[in-house]
Amino acid sequence: RFYCKDRIIFVTKEDHEAPSNAELVEDDPNDPYEDHGLILPSGEINWNCPCLGGMASGPCGQQFKEAFSCFHYSTEEVKGSECIEHFRGMQECMQKYPELYPQEDENESGPSGGDDTAPAEPSNTDAASVPDSSVDEVTVAGTENAATS
Amino acid sequence: MFQCKTVWNKMAPLARASSTLCRQSGKREVLRHVRRPVLAHQALMSSGATGGGMENTLYVLLVGATCLGGGVFVYRTLSRDKARYDDRLSDISSRWSEQREQGPAQAEPQQGAADPSITESVVKEVSPEASETAFKVPTLEVATEAPAVEAPVTGARITGTCLTDAESADPSSLGESAEPGLAAWQNVTESASDPPPASAMSPVEPALPEVPEHAPYLLIGGGTASFAAARSIRARDPGARVLIVTDEADLPYMRPPLSKELWFSDDPSVTETLRFKQWNGKERSIYFQPPSFYVSPRELQTVENGGVAVLMDRKVTHMDVRGSKVKLSDGTEISYDKCLIATGGVPRNLQVIERAGEEVKKRTTLFRKIEDFRALEKVSRELKSITIIGGGFLGSELACALGRRSADLGLEVVQMFPEKGNMGKVLPEYLSNWTTEKVKKEGVTVLTDAVVKNVSYKDGKVQIRMKDGRVVKTDHVVAAVGLEPNVELARSAGLEVDSDFGGYRVNAELQARANIWVAGDAACFYDIKLGRRRVEHHDHAVVSGRLAGENMTGADKPYWHQSMFWSDLGPDVGYEAIGIVDSNLPTVGVFTKATAKDTPRAVTELSGTGIRSESETEAVAGAVAGAVAGAAGAPAPPPQQKEDYGKGVIFYLRDKVVVGIVLWNVFNRMPIARKIIKDGEEHADLNEVAKLFNIHDD
Repeated sequence: RFYCKDRIIFVTKEDHEAPSNAELVEDDPNDPYEDHGLILPSGEINWNCPCLGGMASGPCGQQFKEAFSCFHYSTEEVKGSECIEHFRGMQECMQKYPELYPQEDENESGPSGGDDTAPAEPSNTDAASVPDSSVDEVTVAGTENAATS
Repeated sequence: MFQCKTVWNKMAPLARASSTLCRQSGKREVLRHVRRPVLAHQALMSSGATGGGMENTLYVLLVGATCLGGGVFVYRTLSRDKARYDDRLSDISSRWSEQREQGPAQAEPQQGAADPSITESVVKEVSPEASETAFKVPTLEVATEAPAVEAPVTGARITGTCLTDAESADPSSLGESAEPGLAAWQNVTESASDPPPASAMSPVEPALPEVPEHAPYLLIGGGTASFAAARSIRARDPGARVLIVTDEADLPYMRPPLSKELWFSDDPSVTETLRFKQWNGKERSIYFQPPSFYVSPRELQTVENGGVAVLMDRKVTHMDVRGSKVKLSDGTEISYDKCLIATGGVPRNLQVIERAGEEVKKRTTLFRKIEDFRALEKVSRELKSITIIGGGFLGSELACALGRRSADLGLEVVQMFPEKGNMGKVLPEYLSNWTTEKVKKEGVTVLTDAVVKNVSYKDGKVQIRMKDGRVVKTDHVVAAVGLEPNVELARSAGLEVDSDFGGYRVNAELQARANIWVAGDAACFYDIKLGRRRVEHHDHAVVSGRLAGENMTGADKPYWHQSMFWSDLGPDVGYEAIGIVDSNLPTVGVFTKATAKDTPRAVTELSGTGIRSESETEAVAGAVAGAVAGAAGAPAPPPQQKEDYGKGVIFYLRDKVVVGIVLWNVFNRMPIARKIIKDGEEHADLNEVAKLFNIHDD
């Protein structure tokens, strides 16, 4: 029915049961304009991914990048096993900024500490402890969809 | 041509007479080789042969007066030009000499051999004419430069001028010895490089200046866009040194909680801590990062691995694009390689309030910053009645926030606006009406179709009179009538300002000129999909700030990822939107009935986030919890008020293409909405498109 220029349709669940026949345009996975997730189509790490929050841009950004790159390109049996030194350096740096990187025990489990969003590397359990404030940083970053567009 | 002829024929009797005479006399004259044929009427000049003596004199007087006037005008123009020329030279010399303020190392390359002589000669010329204030800064700067100057003679002369202005107005006391001059310089150096309040005469050491003289990345403005850009730059350019210059006294913070979450906090010290508890219980500060994240501006140029420094309480007043540098309000100059302008805007005020006098203006809040929040929070506890003028996002959110407190505080909250309903310019009329009802339920007295005619202060109350005669008496007014983008630097920087939307005009890559980008509220940019626009939402500031940061580090990407926005009007009504959401456009709304699971509170509890844009980041489009069978609204058309627009999707169309979507109490579907807008396709049946959102699921 019509309401001036605004049309209103009420639908029941049954109305919407049949799958949609609306056509969507095929997405180009290599579209240079699109925001990408943590890993770019080229295989490199997207340091600007909102999922990383401020990790790559903070005071310990350099150490984080080194550690994470090492891990990402690692081809060892236990991925990242040769990167211990980098992760140690990162931890040392982080300990200097307890306000930014609070050392909480329950966040020992991975880069996406707590209940956060990072769709990246959930399997990366042992390597680093990413503190809660990074979670906050991620949430601050905004809407960019890490995984999809 | 023919018209002419007919007119001529019509006028024939007249024409014949004059033309005949004309032709006749013309012929005669021509035949007589006289240059100018005398026309019919032999109109005589006033000083002709028949003119009397009186007329002669008058004639002479007139001509004489004209010549005199002309002469005076020419003289004044010339002298004004000379004055302007002198001013300009003094400007140049002052700017040049300020450049040489910080340290010999930087000063050396900028110092040309010819410069000292030019400076001093100009300085000498200018000093008698230029004003004290114009000269003080340059001389202070010139003084500090002295240690680097090789020629002692030049140094002495500059000293003389410095001491002159610092101590007395006598321009002729040259030839002072260098030693006491040096001491004076050093003192002056300290006070020149430190901001005025902290002019400690500490012993001289090669201290780094508080304000770095060069910043590879200079971000003007310390808001959301600027912070997002800083983060982006640091992520992409390892070791980048980013300087943010803001005129606020606060580090970068996010604005949405100032009109929403901070008001819902139970913590009485919230105005101090500025921490808010999100629906899910997690607490965070409105500041993007604690102070330890930033490096101090003093150390920016030297700190290993670079960092982000924030210079607060400084306003950029002038931008020199050719020289790639900016000037601050205290005269300091900072040069840059890449610059971002993210100056946001200032809240607009109503003209009637501007003209209403001090008593009214004292009781008016233009809400935007932390200090405005603090002031209004205090007012809400102390006064009995607050009126909000404006029915858009800010006005409605503040009305709801205050309305919720109204019962506890015994506060009367009134909201008035010219539209027919809340969000009247954004939502289609039926939804706007529905929203207004909800706002009223929050305890707000809503006055629609209200145009403010006059505001005055009478009997201890602010009286607002509307055009239709209604009067509202209140203790305090909040004006939420829009934002005026801050384009103060347009003139000095030679930047284009958009006349339709306001703000700096930039291209799709957010670039205004070479090495200058603009992001956030102040940017009028070209959106490849939706056309030129200017967006004043939080997420747009984040997206555009990020994009500007990427482009400043060489990405050259256009605005592509469509930003979204959201609003919660109380715990039961919330929506997310994307694209062009203008109620003037034709819309198609597809609705179901809402269940208890569809309120904003429920959604954030489930997804564990507070700020709406984040819940979109984490969830891939799809279910957050198990599907819930939402009962559908029956299609029977009862009167409008009883229609329950609980849950649905509204499409905004422009030339049959969807350019905007509002997700009404439907959450975590933004990626699909974004995709539909990105496609820009014409869809024949929007109900089919609505199916993509699975609005019945949860």
